[in-house]
Amino acid sequence: MESTVAITATPTVETKLRAEHISMSFTRDGESMPVLEDINLEVGNGEFLCLLGPSGCGKSTLLSIIAGFLSPTSGEVKIDGEIVRGPDPRRIFVFQERGVFPWLTVEGNIGFGLFKLTRAERDRRIAHYIKMVGLEGFGKSYPSELSGGMKQRLEVARALAVNPDMLFLDEPFGALDSITRLIMRGELLRIWEAERKTIIFVTHDIDEAVQLADRVAVMSARPGRIQEIVNIDIPHPRDINSARYLELRTGIFNQSGLAHHL
Amino acid sequence: MTTLAESRNWEKFFWPIAVAAVLLVLWHYSVVWTATKIFPSPLDVERGLIGLFHKNVLWNDIADSLRRVALGFGAAAILGIPIGLVLGWYPAIDQVVNPTMQLLRPISPIAWIPVAIIFFGVGDKAAVFLIFLAAFFPIVVACVDGVSNVPSVFRRAGRNFGLTAAQLLARVVFPAALPQIIIGLRIALGISWLVVVAAEMIAVDSGLGYLVIDSRNSGKHYDLVVAAMLIIGVIGLLLDTGFRRLEKIKSVRWGFRDAS
Amino acid sequence: MTAIGQEKRSRQSAWSVRLRPLAFIAVLLVLWQLAIHRAPGHFLPSPWGVVRGLADLTSHGLLVKYVVASLFRVTWGFTLAAILAIPLGLTIGWYRRAEMAFNPLIQFLRPISPLAWIPIAILWFGVGDLSAIFLIFLSCFFPLLLTAINAVRNIPAVYINAGRNFGLSPGALVYRVLYPAVVPQLIVGLRITLGIAWLVVVAAEMIAVNSGLGFLIVDARNAGNRYDLVVAGMVLIGLIGLLLDIGMRSLEKVKSFRWSYSEE
Repeated sequence: MESTVAITATPTVETKLRAEHISMSFTRDGESMPVLEDINLEVGNGEFLCLLGPSGCGKSTLLSIIAGFLSPTSGEVKIDGEIVRGPDPRRIFVFQERGVFPWLTVEGNIGFGLFKLTRAERDRRIAHYIKMVGLEGFGKSYPSELSGGMKQRLEVARALAVNPDMLFLDEPFGALDSITRLIMRGELLRIWEAERKTIIFVTHDIDEAVQLADRVAVMSARPGRIQEIVNIDIPHPRDINSARYLELRTGIFNQSGLAHHL
Repeated sequence: MTTLAESRNWEKFFWPIAVAAVLLVLWHYSVVWTATKIFPSPLDVERGLIGLFHKNVLWNDIADSLRRVALGFGAAAILGIPIGLVLGWYPAIDQVVNPTMQLLRPISPIAWIPVAIIFFGVGDKAAVFLIFLAAFFPIVVACVDGVSNVPSVFRRAGRNFGLTAAQLLARVVFPAALPQIIIGLRIALGISWLVVVAAEMIAVDSGLGYLVIDSRNSGKHYDLVVAAMLIIGVIGLLLDTGFRRLEKIKSVRWGFRDAS
Repeated sequence: MTAIGQEKRSRQSAWSVRLRPLAFIAVLLVLWQLAIHRAPGHFLPSPWGVVRGLADLTSHGLLVKYVVASLFRVTWGFTLAAILAIPLGLTIGWYRRAEMAFNPLIQFLRPISPLAWIPIAILWFGVGDLSAIFLIFLSCFFPLLLTAINAVRNIPAVYINAGRNFGLSPGALVYRVLYPAVVPQLIVGLRITLGIAWLVVVAAEMIAVNSGLGFLIVDARNAGNRYDLVVAGMVLIGLIGLLLDIGMRSLEKVKSFRWSYSEE
């Protein structure tokens, strides 16, 4: 299967991120294990892009490379024209809720990256983001006192507080129950529409991808390649019962060869 | 495990007291029945305790022992924590230094006594040195373990927010490692308390350890010996309990499982 | 921190890395030697003096004799403590009431330094091997007891429930669920306690007996300030303690015990 040429974002939006010929191999016990093969991707400014694929396909690895935590075996990532060489506060990675610092309160966590601001400005921002993610009243609570969903919100708030250009989310709702997941997806879209960050979101859940993203990059199993990029042209709020939604969803199902008759 | 549907509160007090009472009775009667002249009965010990409390010497001894522990343990913590953090942060340095530590660690602090006496003479400083030695290694080890066990998520998040290496160490690694460091400190404190008694039996002329040895040597006052042992036990227990309180502070509590 | 395959580390041979700790020790020894050189008449021996002291001991046949004496006492004290403390601890850990009953007592006795028991030990056993063994036994008993208690309490309830679900009798439950579940923790506890035993034997020998490495240290100093022998004794203590520890660690590596270390 040859690598698919990435469909660029619509011409009116400038390119925020460009990944060129990214390949990645890990060596373990002397053997080289290819994880990603010739990934090419462009993401537009303010776009919501999903990386979708089965477990082990390398999507998390790809996200780590894009965020600057890993160096690819070959290829490079450019954000705003600059090559990515390491992590940067302009691009915050949202881990699953376990990335929240347990020794700090909610306020402490959100204020974590704000050490360059004055006290007053910091407090103002913290209050703003507590409100935005719906954690009012819990400012002095510790993460151990919060539910999974609340911890996830906290992590998003912490990420947003430093006003990054881009957010990377790696299966952030994976540890939550399905009802909370639905709620959190809505919250994420609400925040995205308010702040218009460029978001790259990794998931293995096809529904999640079609519900959230502007475009979905479907990845194959290891070694990961981008099989196809699907444009989700439904405006928000999306009706998950609409014909177009189901059509797109089925398309992806078929693409990934998953049986949808149980 | 037998899980009690409800462990009634009174049981928590009843059983230990019952056991202690039984033991005291056994102790008392075994002394009576064997008609030993030397080994004290619980009553003898009680009288001995009261006598000790009335003499000022006891308070001085307690103060001396505690003071030595404070100095030795304090020095070990002040030196050991930074060293441990550095060793944990730079595995390369740890790899070089660790074998030396592994060689020195099994040498009982007591074995260092003659060397301590050479450098410090008989007295307080030697005892403090020994306590320092005994507490130093557990603290360093706990710091190294604490640092290397910090989940990489935290380090990544710290770097993501643009922290320098120094900031990372101070604002992420240290707080994340703190629960383990505290456990190490608590264990080191317990060891310090054991060692101070030992050091006082050999190298100094005051303190609870000295009281134990002296009571025997100057007239076989075993009632005082046992009384002193009890005091040692109680103080050691108090030190440990006090330290466990620290573990309940909210900003470190997350790191401890709910252990009773 | 980049992926293993990506780090631009200079290719260092495994050998040079392994030699570094030895180089470090060598540097320390050289510094020690120099320091003694500069202060002649100082009691502390130089490294070379220590080596000669060791040779001296060997030639008198004392080296082996003392090492064996110390090991002998440790073995007895440690084994007795293990045989008594582990089953007792497992039982106490199993029954909540027993734990409630005995825990305060244990917590109370534990901080009493084994050495504080010396007068009692001498009273009951006189000066000699038995005293030392008793002291070692005491110092090992409580840590092993607590290890066993904690090991049982840390067994995830799911394992016990699964065992009961499959209809295991109490005996089978102990043998097929409890024992494998606690073994890894027990082995770690045994290793740590062996280290404690080794520390205490030295102390016990300094006071209560007439042979062994601890005795060597005290005697060498008292009978003529032979500090070369004192430090030689310390070196031996360190080496043997280290070997004991390494030996126990290799026990932990035995595959059938390794299941609980799957996180590595």
